[in-house]
Amino acid sequence: MAHKDIQLDHKVILDLIDPQSSVLDLGCGNGDLLYLLIKEKRARVQGIEIDDQAIYKCVAKGLNVFHGDVDTGLAEFKDKSFDYVVLNQSMQQILHVDKVLTDALRVGKKVIVGFPNFAHYKSRLQMFFQGKAPITESLPYQWYETPNLHFLSILDFKQYCRAKNINIERQVCIGENHRIFFLRNLFAQVGVFLISKNGDK
Amino acid sequence: MTNKDKKLNPNDKIGIVETQAFTFDSLKLESGEKFGPVTLAYETYGCLNKEKSNAVLIAHALSGDAHAAGVHEGQNNPGWWDAFIGPGKAFDTDRYFIICSNVLGGCKGSTGPSSVNPKTGKPYALEFPLITINDIVNAQKHLVDHLGIEKLLSVVGGSMGGQQVLSWLVNYPQKIRSAVPIATTIKHSPQQIAFNEVGRQSIMGDAHWKSGNYYEGQAPTKGLAVARMIGHITYMSDKSMAEKFGRTKKEAGEPFKFTADFEVEGYLHYRGDNFVKRFDANSYLYITKAMDNFDASSGRPLQEILQDSPVKVEVISFKSDWLYPAYQSKEIVKACKLAGVETTYCEIDSTYGHDAFLLEIEEESHLIKHFLKKVFYAYEVTGEYGA
Repeated sequence: MAHKDIQLDHKVILDLIDPQSSVLDLGCGNGDLLYLLIKEKRARVQGIEIDDQAIYKCVAKGLNVFHGDVDTGLAEFKDKSFDYVVLNQSMQQILHVDKVLTDALRVGKKVIVGFPNFAHYKSRLQMFFQGKAPITESLPYQWYETPNLHFLSILDFKQYCRAKNINIERQVCIGENHRIFFLRNLFAQVGVFLISKNGDK
Repeated sequence: MTNKDKKLNPNDKIGIVETQAFTFDSLKLESGEKFGPVTLAYETYGCLNKEKSNAVLIAHALSGDAHAAGVHEGQNNPGWWDAFIGPGKAFDTDRYFIICSNVLGGCKGSTGPSSVNPKTGKPYALEFPLITINDIVNAQKHLVDHLGIEKLLSVVGGSMGGQQVLSWLVNYPQKIRSAVPIATTIKHSPQQIAFNEVGRQSIMGDAHWKSGNYYEGQAPTKGLAVARMIGHITYMSDKSMAEKFGRTKKEAGEPFKFTADFEVEGYLHYRGDNFVKRFDANSYLYITKAMDNFDASSGRPLQEILQDSPVKVEVISFKSDWLYPAYQSKEIVKACKLAGVETTYCEIDSTYGHDAFLLEIEEESHLIKHFLKKVFYAYEVTGEYGA
């Protein structure tokens, strides 16, 4: 796979991960990110995924994957089993986010979270001018069929980390096809955060 | 299988196969007793490569045998896992060398209670020692050594076959590169033991059983047939039974009050009657007892034994399997997780119940095929890295 074909959020996450690390991907989908991590970073990877069709695709890629849901799948791992635990586009679909993030920070030395920014200006405009639940590139679902359970902004997540005493090591905000450095909570469609437990180094 | 056979069948079939036999002098049983001589009936498919690195051992379930694939000369019933074994199939015989042997204690060519005791010239019957799943696996190891294989590419099996896989994983991690336990458990639950006990009581309650000494007279066929009928109920699901039989009645037969009117009754009778033609009642007793007594980790937490094992594991379960429910497979997965073992787990969406491991050809083949490929080529991701 040529580097230019890689999804931008995957590219951002790849850049955050040190070579030859161990990575657990919660909600790994078809395994595209894990595949890249092995190929580009020679990482030791494990996925957890609930959808059986996605599992078949992971297995066809030669990946190790557990069939199960993220809400319960983490409890069985020992502390610091992985260098990184990744929740890319899966956090907003988890029932008990707080519990899973706490557990992810226990199981992984570091955690990478990627989520759609609900406060993107297009969402705000649709809410304000049309009075409707927003449908955008990063939030493409109708309200009655969305898998998303939680709607949060980049600012919300930063406040959460502050309240929980979670250390934000890096944050990368992504627009349609480029990084956003200016008025990020307004212009970013996706936020990617590298976080760790305060006190852990 | 030789190349000659392959030419006979240019399609995806294995063709004619022959059961072979391997005899060794003595096996040290888990009980401490030395038992012998032991003969194992086995079949192989595909060719062992020069490095002897492509051998896969398939372990059969309770009523299975060495005839896993292909057909025997002059007959047309294919082996019990024929859909999975052959050129291009899950166990690709163009790539791998497949071995399947009848278990110790069985009745399809391997030494079991119906075999003749060389000391007395009569069948062992209950003189046959109580055996365990580990004994069955130790006997298999003799065969694997005999075939000159240092390390198996994989051990694969469903149900009781899965118990054997776990025994290999625990006892011979240095002898296998991967393990695929399917629809199985670390140890039987009370419910599983209970079903087996009803089967055993049915056999022992048959007047023809005579404490196991029936080989010169009539066999306890009624008892064994009922045991098999109970087995078949537990192998299916409520849904698969409803789909297969509904409440359909058979054509009116003899005017007896308790005739087997329903299709499902007829099916169970048919299954029971067929089973007694090919299976020995004492073998049923010995093997089910071995299954019930099995505890892969002998009471210790499995993760302690598996700690940092280099063996790659793929665990498969089936949604509607209530005899070996998915939670039991998840316990295996949990132990692997805690032990840091490279593991893949999938619960296949199936309505077939426990029988699914024989019937869910497409999904199960996909999982096995890609997993074996990955282990065989020792690459981490499809097509990327060489060994």
